[in-house]
Amino acid sequence: MAKPLRQAYLYPPMSQRPASLLPKTFRDWFKSRGWKPRAHQLDLLAKAGQGRSVLLVAPTGAGKTLAGFLPSLVELAERGPSRGTAKDRRGLHTLYISPLKALATDVARNLEIPVAEMGLPIRIETRTGDTPSHKRARQIERPPDILLTTPEQLALLLAHAEAQEFFQNLRRVVLDELHSLVTSKRGDLLSLGLARLMTIAPQVTAVGLSATVREPDDLRRYLAPQRSANTSPLRGEVAPEVREGVGNSTSAIVALPPRPGALTRSDPPPQGKGEEALADLVVVQGGAQPDIRMLDLDERLPLAGHTASLSMPSIYDLIRTHKTTLVFVNTRLQAEYTFQELWKLNDDNLAIALHHGSLDVAQRRRVEEAMAAGKLKAVVCTATLDLGIDWGDVDLVVNVGAPKGASRIMQRIGRSNHRMDEPSEAYLVPANRFEILECRAALDAVHEAAQDTPDARIGALDVLCQHILGMACAGPFDLAELYEEVRSAAPYAGLTWEDFEACVAFVATGGYALRAYERFAKIVRGNDGLWRVRDARVAQQYRLNVGTIVESTMIKVRLGKSMRSRPGTVLPRGRILGEIEESFAETLTPGDTFLFSGEVLRFEGISEDEVLATRAGAGTDPMIPSYEGGKFPLSTFLAARVREILADPFEWDRLPPQMTEWLLQQRRRSVVPGPRDLLVETFPRGNRFYMTCFPFEGRLAHQTLGMLLTRRLERAKLKPLGFVANDYGIAVYASGDIAGRAGREPGFMDELFSEDMLGDDLEDWLAESSLMKRTFRQCAVIAGLIERRFPGEKKTGRQVTISTDLVYDVLRKHEPDHVLLRAARADAATGLLDVRRLGMMLERIRGRIIHKPLDRVSPLSVSVMLEIGRERVYSDNADEILAEAEAALLDEALA
Amino acid sequence: MTALRKNKETTHEIELKGQPALLDLTGAMYLPAHDALLVADLHFEKGSSFARRGMMLPPYDTRETLLALSDAVFRFNPKTVIALGDSFHDIGGPDRLGTEERTTLTQVQQGRDWIWVTGNHDRILPDSIGGQVVEEMALGSLTLRHEPMAGEQAEIAGHLHPVGKVVMRGRSTRRRCFLTDGSRCVMPALGAYAGGLNACDAAFKPLFANGFTAHLIGTERIFAIAKSMLCRD
Repeated sequence: MAKPLRQAYLYPPMSQRPASLLPKTFRDWFKSRGWKPRAHQLDLLAKAGQGRSVLLVAPTGAGKTLAGFLPSLVELAERGPSRGTAKDRRGLHTLYISPLKALATDVARNLEIPVAEMGLPIRIETRTGDTPSHKRARQIERPPDILLTTPEQLALLLAHAEAQEFFQNLRRVVLDELHSLVTSKRGDLLSLGLARLMTIAPQVTAVGLSATVREPDDLRRYLAPQRSANTSPLRGEVAPEVREGVGNSTSAIVALPPRPGALTRSDPPPQGKGEEALADLVVVQGGAQPDIRMLDLDERLPLAGHTASLSMPSIYDLIRTHKTTLVFVNTRLQAEYTFQELWKLNDDNLAIALHHGSLDVAQRRRVEEAMAAGKLKAVVCTATLDLGIDWGDVDLVVNVGAPKGASRIMQRIGRSNHRMDEPSEAYLVPANRFEILECRAALDAVHEAAQDTPDARIGALDVLCQHILGMACAGPFDLAELYEEVRSAAPYAGLTWEDFEACVAFVATGGYALRAYERFAKIVRGNDGLWRVRDARVAQQYRLNVGTIVESTMIKVRLGKSMRSRPGTVLPRGRILGEIEESFAETLTPGDTFLFSGEVLRFEGISEDEVLATRAGAGTDPMIPSYEGGKFPLSTFLAARVREILADPFEWDRLPPQMTEWLLQQRRRSVVPGPRDLLVETFPRGNRFYMTCFPFEGRLAHQTLGMLLTRRLERAKLKPLGFVANDYGIAVYASGDIAGRAGREPGFMDELFSEDMLGDDLEDWLAESSLMKRTFRQCAVIAGLIERRFPGEKKTGRQVTISTDLVYDVLRKHEPDHVLLRAARADAATGLLDVRRLGMMLERIRGRIIHKPLDRVSPLSVSVMLEIGRERVYSDNADEILAEAEAALLDEALA
Repeated sequence: MTALRKNKETTHEIELKGQPALLDLTGAMYLPAHDALLVADLHFEKGSSFARRGMMLPPYDTRETLLALSDAVFRFNPKTVIALGDSFHDIGGPDRLGTEERTTLTQVQQGRDWIWVTGNHDRILPDSIGGQVVEEMALGSLTLRHEPMAGEQAEIAGHLHPVGKVVMRGRSTRRRCFLTDGSRCVMPALGAYAGGLNACDAAFKPLFANGFTAHLIGTERIFAIAKSMLCRD
C-alpha cells in the first residue's frame, strides 16, 4: 500500500546550504534513490539546528512531508538506538499532527520507508481513535520516537495525568496541512495544545507545512508563542524569509512580492522575544502553471440550477481520455446526481466510483483502496477528498459547479499530478450563467496565483472552556499562569482577563450570575490557590466530550425489502447504505424519491431510528430537489471579481458570446450594476409582487438578509410570502406592491436596506432562528455544557439528555450576555448566518442602491427566480407553518 | 372570583366531555365549569438536578416555569389550581428551590385551593410547599391523574409531554401540544426544560383508539392540527 515519499529530483538544489548538513547515511540514501536533497529540505534542517520554528509553504509535490521530518530523522539517527529499558526513557522526540486520521496513517507508512532503507533505529507509531487501548497505554508507558496523531488526540494526551512526563523531552512538532487546520475551531484547540506543549517542553520547535495562503504571517504567528503584553501586532523587525525559485517556476505569490536580497540573511532575531513573534518562513515557489480551463458549453447556457446536466457527456469524454480523473462537486447531493448521470452514459463500463462523507465508512475505504491501487478511472467526490492522501496517478481534475474560492480551487487542482514539475490539468464546469462569471473570476485568480484563504481566527471561547477543563484534568493549575499560556497561542493573544475568568467560571459552575451551583462545581480552587477537578468522573466526562467537531445528527439509511405476500409492507431487512442528515430526513414524506448512494431510493418511513427506503423502479426521477448549495459560500474575493467582470463591458469579451448577449439584454431592459452598487429590481408577476437584488455575498449572508428583509416588509404591511436565495442574489415575493410603495415614498429602499436591520430585527430573528439554535448547540457541546450524543446511541423518547433549544430560550431571556451566548454570536458572525459579511455589504451599498421598477422580469432576475421551486423557501416562523397545517384540517372538514 | 378575562389570542376553546375547556398559550388548561386551572409536568429544579451530575444548565428554569404558571394563574384567577404531577424534577427538588422562587410560588398559591397530584418524578412532596397532595382525583366526570390510563373514559393527564411536528413544503416546526379526542386530554409539559415526546409515538396509540386532534402551541396562538398532518421526528 505505502508508496515512497516522492521527490522532485529533476531540479538541482538551489540552496546555499551545503548538503554536508546531512549525515553520510542520508546523503547515500538520497543518492541511492537518484535524488538530491531539495533546497528547502536543507533549509529546514538548518533551521532545526538553530532551534527555530518555521513555516514551510510549498506547492504539492515539493517533498514537504520529508522536509518536515528530515531534521527529526537526522537527530534521531545521531542519538542512536534506545536500549528500550524502562530506565532509558528518552521520551517522545517528534509529534506530528494531521487533520485527518487517514493522512496520519499514510504518512507513518511512508516515513517507515526511508527509516527502514537507512536502517535507522527509529520507532514510529500512530495514535488515533482506532488505536486499541492496550496500545495507548503502552505508548504512554514507552513512548515511540515519532508519534503521528490528530488535534483531538493531542488534547486527550495533554489532559492525561502523565502529560508532563510524556512530553517533557519533546523536540519537534510537525503540523501538516496547517492552512486547513487553522481555519476552524480545531485550529483553536490545536493552538492551545501547542501552547501547553511549549510550556511543558520549552525547547520544542514547531514546523508548519502549508499550501500557499494569502497571509503567511498569520500561520507564522500561529507557530510561535505570542509573548507581548500588548497584543496589537507591532510592525517591527520580522524574522527572515527564505524564498526559492525553482526551475521554470513562475513568480506566483501575490501576497508576498519577492524581496530583493531576501536570500542573504543576517542572524535572525530570537523568536518570541522580538516585537512580534513569528516563525521563520521558507517558501518554495512555483510548480508548473496549471493547465486549467473552462469547459466549453457551446449553446448550452442554463440560467439556473447546479447540476451541469448538459455537460455530462463532455465530462464523460474527459474521463475516457484520461488515466484517472477526480470529479469534484460541492455537495453530497450533487455528487449523487453526477455519479448517476455519468453511469447512464457509461457504455464503456468505466470504473467510476462515488465518494462522499455520508457513505458508509467501509464503502469509502473500498473506494480509496481501489483508487490507490490504480483500479479506478474516475471518482466523483466532495470536499472529503480536498486534502489528504496522495494518489499520484490522478491526471485530471474536473470541478463541477461553482469554484467558491480561488484558494479552494487551487487546492483541488493540486490533487492532480502530484509532481510539481508537470502541470496539473483541470477543467471548471459551470452549471449556470452566474457560475460562468464565477469560473471566469476563478481562472483569472489561478493565473495570478491570487489567494483568498480566510482571515486568521479569533480563538473561540467555547473551545477555551473545553481546554480549561482538560488542563484541570492534567493537574492543578494556577489561574494567572494558565492565562499567560493561553494568550501565547496566536488565536487567543487578544483574550481579555475578564473573558478568561468567565470561561473558568463556566467550567466550574456554569458561570451564571445567579450563583446556584457552587456546591456542584466541576473544578474547584484549593487552599493552595490552584484549581483542580472535583473528581475522576469529571475527567471521564471531559474525555468523552473532547473535540470541536459536532456532527449534525445523522440517521442511517437502510434498504428495505417489500413483502410479496403483503404489498405495501416493507421490512427492514436490507443493508445499511450510509447516513443522511436528520434534518434532511425530516423533510421527506413516504413515497418521496431521492438520490442516495448512487441510486434513486423511495422513502418508506423512519423506524427504529433508521430511514427505511426501497429501490425506486427503473427510470424514476428523484423528486426531492437536490440542489442544496455548497456549505462554502462564494468567497468575498471572487464575489468582488464577479461584480467587476459584470460591471465592465470590456470584460464581457472574455465570456462566451451568449453570456455577452444576456448581459447586453440586461443593460437594455434594466441596468447592469457597477461593482459597488446594489441593483434592486421590482416587477409584478401573476398576482404577486417580486423584488430581486444582487449583492453577490454568498448564500449564507443572503439567507440572513432575506430573513431580515421579510421581517421589515412584514412590518411595512407589504405581506411578504417568502424568498429564495443563492450565492448571487435573492428574490422576495409579496402580495403587497413593493414597487408602488417605493414610488410613493422616496427613500423607502434605502430604509429597507439600511444597516440598522442588524440591530433589533436581527435580535428578534435570532430569538427563534433555527440556524442560531444550531450554532448554540454546537457551542454548548464543545464547551461541555451538555454531553455529546454519539452516533448509534438510541434516542430514548423523553429526556435522557436535554434539548439545547430549550436551554437557549431560557438563557437568552435571563442572561443574554452569558459567555456561551457570546460564543454563539461570534460564530453566527461568520458561520451559518454570516452576519459580518452582511454588515460589510450593507455598508458598501449605503447610498448606492439602484432601484429599477420593471414591468416584467429582467434577464438577470430570471436566474434567481428559477430557484423558486427548487430551493427551499426559508422561514423560521412557526405560526406560518402551523397555520398552513391547520388550514389543511379545515379543508378536510369542509370537503 | 373576579370576572374571567378571556383573551382571544392566548386561549383556544375546545370541548371535553361536553364541557368547555380553554387551552392556554402557556400550556395550562382552564375549566370554567369548575373554575379550575390545570397544569402538567412543571419539572421545577430540573436544571439543578442536572447540575448535580455535572451539567451546569442555566439555573433559571424554575423561574421561567413559574413565570408561565403565574401568568396563567393571574389571568384566569381560578379558585383551584391542580398540578398534574412531576411538578418537581426529583424528590430533592423542593429543598433546592431558591428563596425568590419559593416566594413566587407562595404568592401564586395565595387565596386558592392548590392541589399537587403526584407523579413518577415526585412521588413524595413535603408539606412545606403548601397545598394538598393527592395521587389522583375526580373533577365532575373527569379523572385527573399524572399518567394516563388506557381504558379510562374521561381523563386529563400529563406525563407524556406530547409535542407535534409539522412539515409543510420542506419547512418544519415542533411544538408542545394538547392531544384530545373529546373525552381524554393529554396535556403538554409546562416546565421550561421539559422536553417532548412526539405525538406519533406508539405510547399514545392505546390512549386514542379513534385518533385525536393535536392543539399545537404556536408563538401567537394555538392551532388545531389533524393527526394526519403530524410527522414523526
